[in-house]
Amino acid sequence: MIVASFWLGRLNSHIFPTDIITLGAALSILFGGVVTVIVVTYYKKWHYLWRELFTSVDHKKIGIMYIIVAILMLIRGGIDALMMRAQQATSVGTSHGVLATSTFQQVFSAHGTIMIFFAAMGLMFGIINLVLPLQIGTRDVAFPFLNLTSFWLFVAGMILINLSLGIGQFSAAGWLAYPPLSELKYSPGVGVDYWIWSLQIAGIGSLMSGINFLTTIIKKRAPGMKFMKMPMFSWSVLCAMTLVVFAFPILTVTLSLLFLDRTLGMHFFTAGHGGNMMMYVNLIWAWGHPEVYILILPAFGVFSEVVATFSRKRLFGYRTMVWALILITILSFSVWLHHFFTMGAGADVNGFFGIMTMIIAIPTGVKIFNWLFTMFHGKIHFSAPMYWFLGFVGLFTIGGVAGVIMAIPPADFQFHNSLFLVAHFHTMIVSGVLFGYFAGIHYWFPKIFGYKLDEKLGRVSFYMWFIGFLLAFIPLYILGFLGATRRIDHYSASLGWQPLFIIAGVGVVIIAGAVAVSILQQIVSYRNRHQLLDLTGDPWNGRTLEWSVPSPAPYYNFATIPIVHDRDAFWVSKNESKEKKRVLEITDILMPVNAPVAVYIGICAMLFGFSMIWHIWWLSIVSLVIFFIVLMIRISDENPYYLLSAQKIIEHEGNI
Amino acid sequence: MTVLTTTFNEQRSSLAVLRFDESNHFYDIANFGFFVYLMTDFVLFSGLFAVYAVLHNNTAGGPTGSTLFNLHNVLTETLLLLTSSFTCGLSILSLRHRNKHKVLIYLAITFILGALFLILELSEFKHLINTGNSWRRSGFLSSFFVLVSTHGLHILIGLIWMIVMFIRILKRGLSRASVRRLTLFSLFWHFLDIIWIFIFSIVYLYGALNL
Repeated sequence: MIVASFWLGRLNSHIFPTDIITLGAALSILFGGVVTVIVVTYYKKWHYLWRELFTSVDHKKIGIMYIIVAILMLIRGGIDALMMRAQQATSVGTSHGVLATSTFQQVFSAHGTIMIFFAAMGLMFGIINLVLPLQIGTRDVAFPFLNLTSFWLFVAGMILINLSLGIGQFSAAGWLAYPPLSELKYSPGVGVDYWIWSLQIAGIGSLMSGINFLTTIIKKRAPGMKFMKMPMFSWSVLCAMTLVVFAFPILTVTLSLLFLDRTLGMHFFTAGHGGNMMMYVNLIWAWGHPEVYILILPAFGVFSEVVATFSRKRLFGYRTMVWALILITILSFSVWLHHFFTMGAGADVNGFFGIMTMIIAIPTGVKIFNWLFTMFHGKIHFSAPMYWFLGFVGLFTIGGVAGVIMAIPPADFQFHNSLFLVAHFHTMIVSGVLFGYFAGIHYWFPKIFGYKLDEKLGRVSFYMWFIGFLLAFIPLYILGFLGATRRIDHYSASLGWQPLFIIAGVGVVIIAGAVAVSILQQIVSYRNRHQLLDLTGDPWNGRTLEWSVPSPAPYYNFATIPIVHDRDAFWVSKNESKEKKRVLEITDILMPVNAPVAVYIGICAMLFGFSMIWHIWWLSIVSLVIFFIVLMIRISDENPYYLLSAQKIIEHEGNI
Repeated sequence: MTVLTTTFNEQRSSLAVLRFDESNHFYDIANFGFFVYLMTDFVLFSGLFAVYAVLHNNTAGGPTGSTLFNLHNVLTETLLLLTSSFTCGLSILSLRHRNKHKVLIYLAITFILGALFLILELSEFKHLINTGNSWRRSGFLSSFFVLVSTHGLHILIGLIWMIVMFIRILKRGLSRASVRRLTLFSLFWHFLDIIWIFIFSIVYLYGALNL
């Protein structure tokens, strides 16, 4: 039992890491932070960053910030992956590898949590922020201030999860922290609390983003853009955000209940006193399975745009694509039980969820065929996004078939908790989600920054990802068949698994190289930006409205809100005769002002989470009070807008 | 007709015209967004109801709902909350008539009724805790406390919201922002009423039946 003091809560002198690896990681993050602060201070950029980025409610800048944070977290989660692979490749027989068991448990918990919540979700909200308002022909999201607040809540959660490296420890209960292991009795430290609060805060941010984008799509489309004329990416976001709105409150509830169990001694998921731990597993997956589709639907949307643009054809089967999305949205709430067939729900229940799982593969298959038919007879232009797409089709199909195999409950009893499962969901999420957003970044980069990314390095990065991925995960499918369980940190040499684990480790090293090439691609493209400049605003011969504005997109997006008559609105208007084009009338625009309050809310949320983790109750109250005060400051401004005059817009447009 | 409107608009300052049009559109969006938020809250509560449904028999040897719940108390709470919803509606009606005083009076009554509700609920909690039936007692009591107090927490937020609005309307009158916020508040308050009806029927009435 830890005795808590009033001022410091559970904080004491034993909270700092002692093992060399955690200490090194914490120090290197601290070092990176300090260097960044020094560099920014040296170049006197704080004011600039504060005004142009941190407090800006411009959706494009928020999108850029999301993607930067997500890439950093991808690297952090990737280092976790490297450590796991190093451990599993070396911890055989008499050798016990490079990591202590307790560290290893924290590493795999952190890897899963960070990759899903902070890398994949960050990339998703980043791309949506960058593109969605431009694509539906509006100047901003429905609630720009809320949008920035969501971002800073995301950052608050991100800071908390990384803080656990240096102060205290992280959860060792896996990425979804199943009770009773995650209950106070078996995880008495602060690790699970770090997990709860970083997810809770980031999750509330995601929920608010979901509300925001759903409202944006339903209420702010350009005049004439009926639902069935909406671009496919916007459709996919509409479906994903519907899922966010229905699924994330369940996560909020589940995390709160686990927190109450641990902090106030309640009995929701405890082993005794009438708790029911199986309820936790149901609740977390009732959120968790839709979450998978939340991540992947927008990536499907990206591929739909990429394939149509680079095949110079209309998307094949638009209507079936839309219905496939809607079906996936509905069905994704009826498959969650396939994550725990072995829990013993009985043959009928398992049978139902098994069949539903197989059914949900059908609309996904429809989408794959539609993309392939879009390419059929198209004039295909092989740019880097197309490489990501083709890699995705191959890998995703393999992963999908593995998924359908596991949807058969009796077969799942064999695969459950094995590396086969690990290989399956990594195939889905890496090839589906990551490849999709990488394609999206390459595709929309010129629209945001005004110059294209280097093609060659983009392809090199793709090939390295692709080969690295095959090397890293095909061995895991085999190991799973051989009986290797997930989260294994030591095995007998007589099993003969070591060569496969070493190959998997080599694969991860190649993936790390691919990430390095991506960073190199950014640097090289920036240095060659004058040759890569996009002067037309339409570098790929695009089809949707975002390509109708100059690159980089002006901060007000559209000088005149476009009027939409057809699907692929920009493609149609490009091919219209000159006389039919509208005479542009430029009027004054109301623009939202910067919102420093969003940053303060993020800080309050972080302090609140920290105080809850360490039981520093006075700090909880102080942060709530500050939150209330800054909210009142925000509300007291009844009209947080400024008027952008038509004159200024005309000048800006003239400059481009 | 079109020509007339154009000249009319041109005569006014473009700023005022723009504010008026765009803000009307904005109110529509804000209403919709708030509705979506309320739907997420519905999902949140349905999660808590589901948890209660799973755990309501898990008394772990402790008391059941039928021995704990005092229906007289609950009836009073229900009447208070329903009446507060009614006065909240009257406040909105006065808003339509631009009657600032009536808006404030009805808002104050709504506040008092809501506060009384919360006091009654807290006294019920206090009684349960004092008789050794706190949330630590059993899974059933944990889920009972969390479900009911989450609703109570929403009521508390509503009360704070009412104080803020009361002061603002008092100071600045029925400005556009106040009107919009009051409309959103009434949605919120009625929503809490609906949740309470479910708590009343599922937790208290069903619990008292001793099934």
